[in-house]
Amino acid sequence: MSRPKVQPPFAPKHLADFPTGTCDVAAHLVETLASWRTATPRVDVNQCTGCLRCYLVCPEGTVSKIENNRVSIDYDFCKGCGICSHECKFDAITMIDGGTA
Amino acid sequence: MSAAATKVFVSGNDAIALGVRLARPHVISAYPITPQTTAVERLSEMVEDGSLKCEYLNVESEHSALSAAMGASAVGARTFTATSSQGLLYMAECLHYASGGRFPVVMMNANRALALPWNIYNDQRDSLSLLDCGWIQIYVEDAQEALDMILQAYAVAEHPRVLTPTMVNIDGFVITHTYELVEVPAQADVDAFLPPFQTTNKMSFEVPTNMGFTATPAHYTEFKYQQHRALLDAAAVATEVDRTFGQRFGRAYGGLLEGYRAADAELLLITLGSVTGTARIVVDQLRANGRKVGLVKLRYLRPFPAKELAALTARAAAVGVLEKNISLGYEGTVFTNVVSALAQAGQNAPALNFVAGLGGRDIAKTDIAAMFDRLAAAALQPPPQRVFFINLGVATDEPDQTA
Amino acid sequence: MSPIKPPNAKTLSEREFFFGHKGCAGCGGSLALRLALKVLGERTFTVVPAGCMSAVGFVYPQLAFGTNAIISTFPGTASMLAGVAAGARALGLKDFHTVGFAGDGGTADIGLQALSGAIDRHDRILYICYDNEAYMNTGVQKSGLTPFGARTTTTPAGQHIRGSITQKKNMFEIVAAHGIDYAATASVGYPQDFINKVAKAATVEGTAYIHVFAPCPTGWGCETDLSIELAKEAVDSGLWYLAEFENGEHRLNRDPREFTPVRSYLEKQARFAHLRDEDFAAIERTRDAQWARMRRQWARPTTTAPSAATPATAG
Repeated sequence: MSRPKVQPPFAPKHLADFPTGTCDVAAHLVETLASWRTATPRVDVNQCTGCLRCYLVCPEGTVSKIENNRVSIDYDFCKGCGICSHECKFDAITMIDGGTA
Repeated sequence: MSAAATKVFVSGNDAIALGVRLARPHVISAYPITPQTTAVERLSEMVEDGSLKCEYLNVESEHSALSAAMGASAVGARTFTATSSQGLLYMAECLHYASGGRFPVVMMNANRALALPWNIYNDQRDSLSLLDCGWIQIYVEDAQEALDMILQAYAVAEHPRVLTPTMVNIDGFVITHTYELVEVPAQADVDAFLPPFQTTNKMSFEVPTNMGFTATPAHYTEFKYQQHRALLDAAAVATEVDRTFGQRFGRAYGGLLEGYRAADAELLLITLGSVTGTARIVVDQLRANGRKVGLVKLRYLRPFPAKELAALTARAAAVGVLEKNISLGYEGTVFTNVVSALAQAGQNAPALNFVAGLGGRDIAKTDIAAMFDRLAAAALQPPPQRVFFINLGVATDEPDQTA
Repeated sequence: MSPIKPPNAKTLSEREFFFGHKGCAGCGGSLALRLALKVLGERTFTVVPAGCMSAVGFVYPQLAFGTNAIISTFPGTASMLAGVAAGARALGLKDFHTVGFAGDGGTADIGLQALSGAIDRHDRILYICYDNEAYMNTGVQKSGLTPFGARTTTTPAGQHIRGSITQKKNMFEIVAAHGIDYAATASVGYPQDFINKVAKAATVEGTAYIHVFAPCPTGWGCETDLSIELAKEAVDSGLWYLAEFENGEHRLNRDPREFTPVRSYLEKQARFAHLRDEDFAAIERTRDAQWARMRRQWARPTTTAPSAATPATAG
């Protein structure tokens, strides 16, 4: 597993539902961040050469390497910063206005 | 008492170091400050000569001393640090951090006056000004108790129900630099009394964790309540640890507090730390003259032994609190805590606060005898004020505030 | 610790160890942290002080670090790192990394003393300073690494004073002057160079320090997609530099024959919008004096970079 899965919301009913001290399991996510996005990257697989620069420079780690050296984007956590599109030398990623591609 | 125990003639700081070595800490981090220095010097020598196998970090400040100890505790290591006075204040941020993070660090604090004016001698305003930082606070009377309470401190701090850092307070110079005959328990007995530290409140490669996180208003209160409960639970744990310690080593200290000739005393003086030794002598002398006086030595200030104290003060006609401390603009912090405990128990005997020994000023036996005289007078006719600066030494415009 | 072969985009671990954090869009610091953790891998203890990365990564119950991680006090990154490393060593743990990520204020100002202590002891830790040139988490106040001329909320640009009147503290040479075991500067604009340096620092038997330039679109007033471009342009214009310190020697990793114009870099950021011609000239003079000194005193790359676009060590 290369990325953590989103867990059910934390809904404590009893003090014992809290950890002892400020300590809990790593990579514990209870919410996605898709709602942050005002622009959305769209990957044109025909233009993508698999150079992986977008994968390297994404501050969120939302770009995945998939088969044939192509990339896909995890839209649950992409914030739409546009770095992948700006840094792509092959015009393979276009930013589309709005939260969905 | 163990057959393998040895007797040595050492200073209070030496006794602390001997106790720490017996506790087998993994990491010691410390920064020097008078009068704590000889304790960490002894520990450094023990590391150098191989008799103490641990990582010793010479850090560049007290803040880093406790920060490093917390880091080591966060991977499950047993840790020790030591400080005093200004150094304790410089740690203040980390003190709250350690208790909130539930890192059971054990720390020796050599009680020393606070600047300004600069003063390296003993009083207890350093630790008492930090009574609210979520640590267990222990005060000891002599070098033997200092050594023993280091061992007990680990047993209490690391208890799964407690998991709270613990400060062992030892009066600067009065105990730290005074030589006494001290019994040093055998390592095997200590190992049996104090098993290795086990916790799940740590980072590990088996179960990776994220620690020291943020809690929003939605959850912050629950974490604080949990800490409060742990400190309350520490009272029973500390009492049990002291009892177990007594069974194994032949020395128990009465749990959170000790009454001395208190059962039938009409006038009770409450003390903490080294001055208790002097007060015991005064009580014996006055008792020899037929006066019904007694002592209560507070050993733990947090958790505060309110019920245990009220049980001892129930029959007293007047209660005095002798402390090397003043919460400027009000009264001594120990006094505030004591009066609150008496009020909770529905007791309304007159209570007086004797502020003495600030910045190392001597507290003579005659001073303590005079306190009992004041208590006797107060039992008949409560005075209008209740805070007295002992041995002020000069005239003031407020003569009633002095004694 | 076993040596790490510097990975590239194709060989880098696919696991994400800093994921689901609440950093602002386009955050350069998040990228530096993400890449470093991917290089270091799962047997890593991470210490992050109070600041952006802890504020965005550890809001219970959303915990974004995939490795072991802990927030330290603001001044306590290096001291807590030292304690973690000492504790793990004393408990007999083997084959692990201990890395800290602090910002410019957490490093050059409030955390400098503890860092100095750790370097002095040669603690076996890796300390990474991500430099976004101001206290961003608290709302863009001036730090010791805020550059000359930058507008921050505590160095406003007005009629009387035009932004920060001080230069950046020279953290790289401050740590080098301690005789540190390894130090390097880097930039998220040259990610492969940064990855190479993290891989190298991870194997150092002693204290390693990497100072990585990491733009903050929120604090700098630039488009969120410009972080990488600006981080590269800072290097190409000579306002930042790529260098290493090891075995007692400084070495420039890149030595451009000519710099790209500072104006082009500065004018993309609202924090420099008030600068006048004389300010640009002053910034260039300072840059040129610094480069003259570095070129005189430091070892130079074996091959001079033919143009700004191809750094000596960057891929």
